[in-house]
Amino acid sequence: MPPSADFGLTLSFYGLATLTVVSALMVVSLRNIFHAGLFLVLAFIGVAGIYLTLNAAFMAAVQVLVYGGAIAVMMLFAIFLTRNAMTQGNLSGRFQAPAMLAALLIGVLFSYAFLMANWASGKGAAEYLPPEQVADALFNQFVFPFELASIMLLIAMIGAIVLARTPGRETEDA
Amino acid sequence: MINQFIIDTFAGVLPEWLIALMTGVTGAVGVLLFALSCALAAIWIERKLIGRMQIRYGPNRVGPKGLLQPIADAIKVIGKEAITPFGVDKVVYAAAPLVIFIPALLTFAVVPFAPGAALLNVDIGVLFVVAVGALGVMPIFMAGWASNNKYSLMGAMRAIAQTVSYEIPLVLSLVGLVLMAGSFKMEDLVLYQIENGWFLLLQPLAALIFFIAASAELNRTPTDIMEGESELAAGYHTEYSGFKFSLFYATEYTHVFAVSALISTLFLGGWGTGPVLDQVPAIIWFIAKTYLLFCVFVWTRATLPRLRIDQLMAFAWKFLLPLSLVNIMLVAVLVELNLPGIVVFAVNAVLAVVLIKGWAGLLSARGATVEQRVYIRPAAAQ
Repeated sequence: MPPSADFGLTLSFYGLATLTVVSALMVVSLRNIFHAGLFLVLAFIGVAGIYLTLNAAFMAAVQVLVYGGAIAVMMLFAIFLTRNAMTQGNLSGRFQAPAMLAALLIGVLFSYAFLMANWASGKGAAEYLPPEQVADALFNQFVFPFELASIMLLIAMIGAIVLARTPGRETEDA
Repeated sequence: MINQFIIDTFAGVLPEWLIALMTGVTGAVGVLLFALSCALAAIWIERKLIGRMQIRYGPNRVGPKGLLQPIADAIKVIGKEAITPFGVDKVVYAAAPLVIFIPALLTFAVVPFAPGAALLNVDIGVLFVVAVGALGVMPIFMAGWASNNKYSLMGAMRAIAQTVSYEIPLVLSLVGLVLMAGSFKMEDLVLYQIENGWFLLLQPLAALIFFIAASAELNRTPTDIMEGESELAAGYHTEYSGFKFSLFYATEYTHVFAVSALISTLFLGGWGTGPVLDQVPAIIWFIAKTYLLFCVFVWTRATLPRLRIDQLMAFAWKFLLPLSLVNIMLVAVLVELNLPGIVVFAVNAVLAVVLIKGWAGLLSARGATVEQRVYIRPAAAQ
C-alpha cells in the first residue's frame, strides 16, 4: 500500500460517488435509451469501485460481473432487438400518473427504511475474505436463500423459454 | 521495484498524495508500454508466422525481415482520412474505440510478471479477470449500435450471444483452479503451481476449455463470427476507418497478449520454472511463455477455418458447458481425496480424453450436431 492510502481512499470515494450519482441521473434523464443503458453500466461500475474502496473486493468483482456484465448486457440486447419501438420516442409514456405514484411510494418506503435503519458504523475497512469463507457462507449458513434464488432464476428461465417458443414449431430449434 | 524506489526517494520530500499518484502512474505507464510494444511485436509475429505457415514469406520489405512493418502500418493507418459516416451516434461512435482498449489493458494489471511484480496484487485476481472480461463486450455494443449500420449491429448482436455463451465455460473452468489452490489470488495460484506442478498437467480439461473459451472471447479467426468478412463486411467495426480502426486492430492484439499472459499465469506456472533453469530471471520465463502461447493462438488462426454462428453457439452450450461442469466435480473429488500430483495428472488426463471422446460420440450418436441437421437431413428426406 502506498503511504497515503487514506487520502487516496477519500479521493477515490468522492470521485466514484460523483461518477455513480451523475451516471444514475443520466440514466433517468436521457431520452436516448441506448445512452441511458450505457450510463447504467457506468453507474454499476461506480458502485463496484465504492465496494473496492471499502475493501470488499469480492463484492466489487461480483457487482461488475453480474450487473455490469450480465444484466446490462441483457438490457442492451433487449434494446437492440426492439429498437424500432424504442427509438420512436416511447419514453414519454401514457402512464404518468401511476408512474408518479409508484415513484412516490418507493421514495417514501426507502426514506422510511433509511431513517429507521440502525446504521452500524464499522471499525473501518472490511477484511479479506478467502474463498473458503465465501463458500461456507453461501453453502452452509445461507444455503436456503441461495437455493431459493436459484429456483427463482430457474422459474424465470423456464418462463422465458415458454414465452419464446412459437407454438407449432416444436421440432425445430431456434 | 520502481515504486519502491520512488517511495524511498521522495518520502518526506513531497506530499504523500503526490507520491501515491506517482507510484500509480509509473506502474500504469509501465504496463501500458509493455502492452503496446507487445501489440506491435504481435502484429509482426502474426503476419510473419501465418505467412510461413501458408508457405509465403510474409512481410519482408520494410526493414530487416520486415521488422518495421508494424510501424509502417501504423503510420499508414494514422495518415488515413478519419471518416465519420452520416447518421452515426457521434459521441458513442467516437468513444467505442477508446473504451475497447480498457478491458484488454486492465487484464495486465493483475498478472504477476515475476514474484511480487503485479501492478495490482489483489486478493481476487481471478475474479477481477473474469469481471473485466465481462465488460469487454460493452464497447463492441457501442461500436455496433453507434455505427447505424445493419452489419455493425448484427456483428454486435453476435458478439453478445457469443460472449455470454463462452463466459460460462470460461468461468467454470477457472473454478477448478481455485478449488485446488484455495485462493483467488494470481500469485497464490502461481505459487501453488510451482509447488505442485502446472495446472496444464493437473487439469488438462480445464486448460483446454479455458483456451477454447478464451479464444472465442478474443474474437479471432476460428471464432470471429462477429466480424466474419464473408457475411458481415467487418462486423461491428465496418464503419470505422483510419485511426479509430487502428485502435480496434491494436486492441485485438493487446487482448490476445493479455489472454496469453493469463493462460501462462494460470496454467503454465507463470514465472515459475524447474529447479534446473533458475538462473534465467523469472520475468524472462514469463514473457517467453506468453509469446509461446501467442504463437499457439496464431497457429490456430492460420490453420482452422471460421465456424458458423450456430456451430459456435452449439459448441459452447452442448459441449463446453457440460464438460466444464463435470470438470468441477472431478476436481472437487480429487481435492477431497488429496492424491499426489502425478496421480491427479494421470487421472485427469485419462478422464479428459474419455470425456471429450465420449461426449462428442454421444452428441453425434443422437444426431445433435449442427452439421447433420443442416446438411444431411434434406438429402435423407428425398
